[in-house]
Amino acid sequence: MGLDLRIPIGVLFTALALVLIVYGLVSDPAIYARSLGFNVNLGWGCILLVFGVAMLAASWRKPEK
Amino acid sequence: MRLTIVDGLIIGLYVLAVIAIGVVLRRRTKTSEDFFLSGRSIPAWVAGLAFMSANMGAQEVVGMAASGAKYGLATSHFYWVGAIPAMVFLGLFMMPLYYGSQARSVPEYLKLRFDEKTRALNAATFAFMTIISSGISMYAMGLLLNLLLGWPFELSIWLWAGVVLVYVFMGGLTSSIYNEVLQFFLIVFGFAPVVILGLVDIGGWAGLVANLAEVSQQRGYAADAFTTVWRHSGSAASNPLGVGWFSITMGLGFVLSFGYWCTDFLLVQRAMAAHSLSAARQAPIIAAIPKLLFPALVILPGMIAIGLTHRTGGLSFPLKPDGSLNYDLAMPMMLARYLPTGLLGLGITALMASFMSGMAGNVTAFNAVWTYDLYQAHIKPNATDGHYLQVGRIATVVGVLLSIAAAYIAAKFNNIMDLLQLVFAFVNAPLFATFLLGMFWKRATGHGAFAGLLSGTIAAALHHGLTIAQHAVPGVKGGWLLIIHTYPSEMAQDFSTAIVAWTTCFVMTVLVSLATTPRPKEQLRGLVYSLTKREHEGVATWYLNPTLLAPLVLGCALVLNLLFW
Repeated sequence: MGLDLRIPIGVLFTALALVLIVYGLVSDPAIYARSLGFNVNLGWGCILLVFGVAMLAASWRKPEK
Repeated sequence: MRLTIVDGLIIGLYVLAVIAIGVVLRRRTKTSEDFFLSGRSIPAWVAGLAFMSANMGAQEVVGMAASGAKYGLATSHFYWVGAIPAMVFLGLFMMPLYYGSQARSVPEYLKLRFDEKTRALNAATFAFMTIISSGISMYAMGLLLNLLLGWPFELSIWLWAGVVLVYVFMGGLTSSIYNEVLQFFLIVFGFAPVVILGLVDIGGWAGLVANLAEVSQQRGYAADAFTTVWRHSGSAASNPLGVGWFSITMGLGFVLSFGYWCTDFLLVQRAMAAHSLSAARQAPIIAAIPKLLFPALVILPGMIAIGLTHRTGGLSFPLKPDGSLNYDLAMPMMLARYLPTGLLGLGITALMASFMSGMAGNVTAFNAVWTYDLYQAHIKPNATDGHYLQVGRIATVVGVLLSIAAAYIAAKFNNIMDLLQLVFAFVNAPLFATFLLGMFWKRATGHGAFAGLLSGTIAAALHHGLTIAQHAVPGVKGGWLLIIHTYPSEMAQDFSTAIVAWTTCFVMTVLVSLATTPRPKEQLRGLVYSLTKREHEGVATWYLNPTLLAPLVLGCALVLNLLFW
């Protein structure tokens, strides 16, 4: 249909990742008691960022026919 | 559970993305084929992921976790003997006929292969079923958001139905498919942290097995009944599902799963939208790959949840007003237990996304069937393409409104999964016999198909009316005519209903076909497997070749069954 789906996926997940990473950096460590002490916002945010950027990179390097 | 601004921001970003996709696609949706079939232009991986996500509405995400808590690992039968073989069969043998015949919908294939009345029967029942499913999905969402976040039931229903309406209205099937793929990734990324944290907390797989052994023994089963799939299926009474191996393989594995995955237009529509025959064949098989692993994301959290309730200082499972465990809250409870503000927003977004795609999938299938198979076939044939596009858009609005009405009706039933199984058993179970005979037996006739379908559905209703599950009250649960047999569980009863319906339809179709005149062979080219030339079109990527991928996927399913035997 002309719109490469990897672009909206990449944009959305990059944006979500940035929100999680920023919040992970500034949030009170006490809230991580429930996630067994891990700062999951920061950690998982980084994984989302890798995924989002990879999607964008893939659509940029090899455009859909 | 309270959401903060950060969680709200995450939900907001998702809604923004969904609407933006609709807006961009609106300008590219010019013909009815764009609207109903994405102009047959979707790449295989997108069609495949959408194929998989389209069924992940309430029944999958909330229902599978609920079943995981209720029945344990045996719930994986819905994947490892249920979905996977059926999806592979669809890709290998049925897609060449669906796609190759240029039918625009599953009922339209029936029209091409058989006749108009068979199509009308199928189209009408299917349209009804999509509305029911969509309503159930919406009801589950309204209830859940009310319980979790205190949002008023009515508000969430109308608000999220509104969002779905906006993006489907604008971009049609493409919009729905794109959002289903988005939802697929949201579910993976939203639920994976819960599973990881839950497993770490309970002491890994070994810890889970130890905890569930207590649960299992408390309920009167063997210690490993909750953490194995086949070992206790020798008799229905010795496993939590209450179903024996024959019912599991024949009822669920063969009749129900093939009936659902191979003939449900909601799913097949995604593969029909693919850009080429080879992509259409790859789509269901590509979808089967994540499907193999999804029990870890949707069933495991339910198992962990019930395991944790039996640990000191663990978790108290929410109760229903009558004092029984409210299994449907297993997944949301796990989200609330492990995810801090931030990731919690992502988890809730994943839940909402699944509800919305469930609804959108139904609405897009409904509007296509309504427009092509009911409106164009019976009310106004030979109108302009623009007219049908317009009708499709109106049907989208009407479909959403009907779903909302269905949601209010669904509020009367409590176990979503059992109700869905029941509806599928009546309508879908006989259907697969019709397709099997239609696609692989050139002698099958239209009269035969129609008689088979009708008698199959009636047989299903009769069987349901004459039998009941232990401890069930006669009524919607069966036994509304006379009780001549009692099953150990509702699921066992449902699987048997499906087997009876399928067999009746199969036998009736064969008998009536033999008594009526067959269609000449020339008219059946492209519609019957033996009369269709196999095109050897080049597959761009060798590892996506269905003949290589299919045995690989089936092999993996076998390994998983053996691993957790």
